[in-house]
Amino acid sequence: MKVRAQIGKVLNLDKCIGCHTCSVTCKNVWTSREGMEYAWFNNVETKPGIGYPKDWENQKRWNGGWDLRHGRLQPRMGGKWRLLAKIFANPDLPEIDDYYEPFTFDYGHLQTAGESKAFPTARPRSLISGERMEKITGGPNWEEILGGEFSKRSEDYNFEGVQKEMYGQFENTFMMYLPRLCEHCLNPTCVAACPSGSIYKREEDGIVLIDQEKCRGWRMCVSGCPYKKIYFNWKTGKSEKCIFCYPRIEAGQPTVCSETCVGRIRYLGVMLYDADRIEEAASAENVEDLYQAQLDIFLDPHDPAVIAQARADGVPENWLEAARHSPVWKMAMEWKVAFPLHPEYRTLPMVWYVPPLSPISAAANAGQMSVNNGMPDIRSLRIPLKYLANLLTAGDEEPIAVCLERMLAMRAYMRAKTVHGVIDEAIAEQVGLTGAQIDDMYHVMAIANYEDRFVIPTGHREDAEDMFEERGGCGFSFGNGCSSGTSSTNLFGVPARKKLQTPSEVF
Amino acid sequence: MSDYFNHLLFGIYPYIALATLAVGSIIRFDREPYSWRAGSSQLLRRKQLMWGSILFHLGVLVVFFGHVFGLLVPIWIFDSLQVKHEWKQALAVAAGGVAGVISFIGASMLLHRRLFDPRIRANSTFADTGIILLLWLQLALGLATIPISLSHMDGEQMVRFMSWANGIFTFNPTSSLFLDGSHWIFRIHIFLGLTIFLLFPFTRLVHMLSAPVRYIWRPGYQIVRSRKAAALHNG
Repeated sequence: MKVRAQIGKVLNLDKCIGCHTCSVTCKNVWTSREGMEYAWFNNVETKPGIGYPKDWENQKRWNGGWDLRHGRLQPRMGGKWRLLAKIFANPDLPEIDDYYEPFTFDYGHLQTAGESKAFPTARPRSLISGERMEKITGGPNWEEILGGEFSKRSEDYNFEGVQKEMYGQFENTFMMYLPRLCEHCLNPTCVAACPSGSIYKREEDGIVLIDQEKCRGWRMCVSGCPYKKIYFNWKTGKSEKCIFCYPRIEAGQPTVCSETCVGRIRYLGVMLYDADRIEEAASAENVEDLYQAQLDIFLDPHDPAVIAQARADGVPENWLEAARHSPVWKMAMEWKVAFPLHPEYRTLPMVWYVPPLSPISAAANAGQMSVNNGMPDIRSLRIPLKYLANLLTAGDEEPIAVCLERMLAMRAYMRAKTVHGVIDEAIAEQVGLTGAQIDDMYHVMAIANYEDRFVIPTGHREDAEDMFEERGGCGFSFGNGCSSGTSSTNLFGVPARKKLQTPSEVF
Repeated sequence: MSDYFNHLLFGIYPYIALATLAVGSIIRFDREPYSWRAGSSQLLRRKQLMWGSILFHLGVLVVFFGHVFGLLVPIWIFDSLQVKHEWKQALAVAAGGVAGVISFIGASMLLHRRLFDPRIRANSTFADTGIILLLWLQLALGLATIPISLSHMDGEQMVRFMSWANGIFTFNPTSSLFLDGSHWIFRIHIFLGLTIFLLFPFTRLVHMLSAPVRYIWRPGYQIVRSRKAAALHNG
C-alpha cells in the first residue's frame, strides 16, 4: 500500500442551473489570451448533445483513453512506437473547427459607418485568419438548452442502448447540464501519451500539469485525453490544460469555478488512494467493473492502518484531517451518490458527478405511475436511467438507481421531518441509510455551506522549498518566468521578456 | 578573387554556420525554453498537412542521415570494406533521389499550404515561411544535382565532397580546395545547406534536437513529480 492524497471534486448535477458562471470566470482568469480563445478549461454542455469539441465522447473516432489489449493497458492511440509514428501528422487530432473557429466582431465599423437608412452591423471576423466569417457555425455551447435539431443532438454517445426516438418528441424530451473540466485522473492518458514527458501528476495533491518549458508541441496529449480537455495553443505551439487553480488550492482556496458557482454544486475534498493499485484498478476486465474498481482503491481516512501508512508516505497531518471531513469521500464512498465521468476510458477520473433527478415522465404520468412507499419509481423519471448509466457507470444502471432512490429518500425524509414533524427512519432504512446520514446528506448536498463544500488543506511548500529564494519572484506566470505574453516578439519568435514586473501585473 | 570567395564560402563560412548552430541552440534552449517547440499548425488546418508532413519528414530524414553518413564517414572505411566508389555513388544517387523526390513533394504541399491557406498564412512568422521556402529550394537544388552526378558516375567528384566535409571537421585549412572545379549547382546547394545550419537556432528547426526518442525506453507510462523528492535532491 502506498498512500497518496488528491484533491478530488464532485459536481452535483441535480443542482446545476447551467448559468456558465464557472466557464466565464475560468475563462477570464486563465484562457483569455490569443491562441486560447477557443479553449475552455471549464465548459458546460447541455445534454443530450454531442458536446464540445463535437462528438468528444466518440472514442472510435478520437482514440482517447486506454485500451485493454491482452490484459495489458495501452493508450487507445497505440503503444509507444505506434504513437511516435503519428508524430509527423496525427490522425487522431481534432481540427479547430471541431471546437469552433474563434471570432470577434467588427465593432470599429459601428463607429465609422456613414449615415444610412439601416443600422450598421458588426459582422463576425475570424480571430485566426482575420477574415470575415459569413456564418458562425459553432461555439463552446452550441446546443444550449437543446438548441439544434434532435437528429444531430441524438448522435450523443450516451444514447447507446436507449430507444432514443421517443425523446425527440416535445412531450418526452429531457435535458440536463454537464459542466466539464480536466478530470485530474489517477491514470491519465495525456501523461502517458506525451513523448516529451512534460505532463506530470503532482504527488502532493494529484493535480495534473503541463511543464510549459518542456512541452515541445507534439500534440499527442490532445488525442490521448478522452475528455478532450487538453488544448493546443495555436499561437505558442504548446498544449495547455486546466491547472485546477493550483495557486489557489495550495493556499487552501477553492478553484475559481468552484468558488464562483452560483448553484453551489461544486465540492472539493481530499481523497486518499492506494497508488500501488492504480494499474490493477484501471485494468478491470469488464468496463462495468471500473467504477467499483476505482472505489476499491480509495482508502478510508478513519482506518488507523491507512493513517499510519499515510504518515509513513509523507501525507501531512492537516491533509489527513481534511480527508476525514472530505465531502467528496462522503458523496462517493459513504452515500454512493457521486460517480466518475465515463469510467470506461480507464483513466480513473477524479472529478465526479451526482446524477440529476428529473420530473416524472409524461408517459408515466398518463398511465399508472408506480409509487413506492410515497416515492415515485426512479424508472418513471424523464431522464432514462440507461442514459445516466452510460455517462457515469459505463452502462451499469444499478448504482445509478440506488443513488437516485437515495436522493428521493432524502426529500421524502426531510419533508416528513420539516412539514409533518415526523422522523421517519423507515424511509432511510429503505435505501440503506440511517436518519442521521440523511440529515448529514441534506446538510452537505442541499444546504451546501461554503465550509462543507470546500475542505481544502493548504499545501506545504515550506517543506520543499527555501522560501527566501522565492522573494521578489513574479509568482504564477507563463513560460520563461516573468512574461505577460503580450509584448512584441524577440529574436526567437516569442514575446520578449519585460524587464521589470511586480507580481500584480502578471494577471 | 574566385579563390578568395571559394575559401570564404567553403572554408570559413562552414565554421560560422556551425558555431552559430551550436551556440545559438544552446542559448535558446537555456534562455528561451518556452519558445522551443515543433510549431505544429495541424490544429488550424489538417488539409495538406497529413500527406505533406509525412512525405516531407520521411523523405528528409533519409536525405539528412544519408548526407551525414555519406559525407562524414571517411572514404578509407569504404575502401577497407572494399566498397567501390562507383557503388557508393550509385547508392547515394538512388536512395537520395527517391527520398529527395518524396521529400520534395511533401515540401511543395507544405509550402503551398503555408503561402496560400489564409489561416496558416496569417499565423506564420517570417522565420516559418522563410525556412520552408529555403528547405524547398534546397531540395530542388539537391534533385538538380542528380543529372550532373549521372554524367560522372566514377565517384571521383563524390570523394572530393567527402574530403571537403571531412576536412571541415578535422580543421583542414585547405579543405575548400576540394570543391574547386565542381559544378555550380553543387556549390549553391552546399552554400544553402550551410545557411540553413546558420538559421537553425532562429527557426522551428530546433525541434529536431528534441526528437522524443527517449519516450521509447521511458519506464512505464505515468509520470509523477514530487516537491519532496526535489527538496531531498537539492539537499
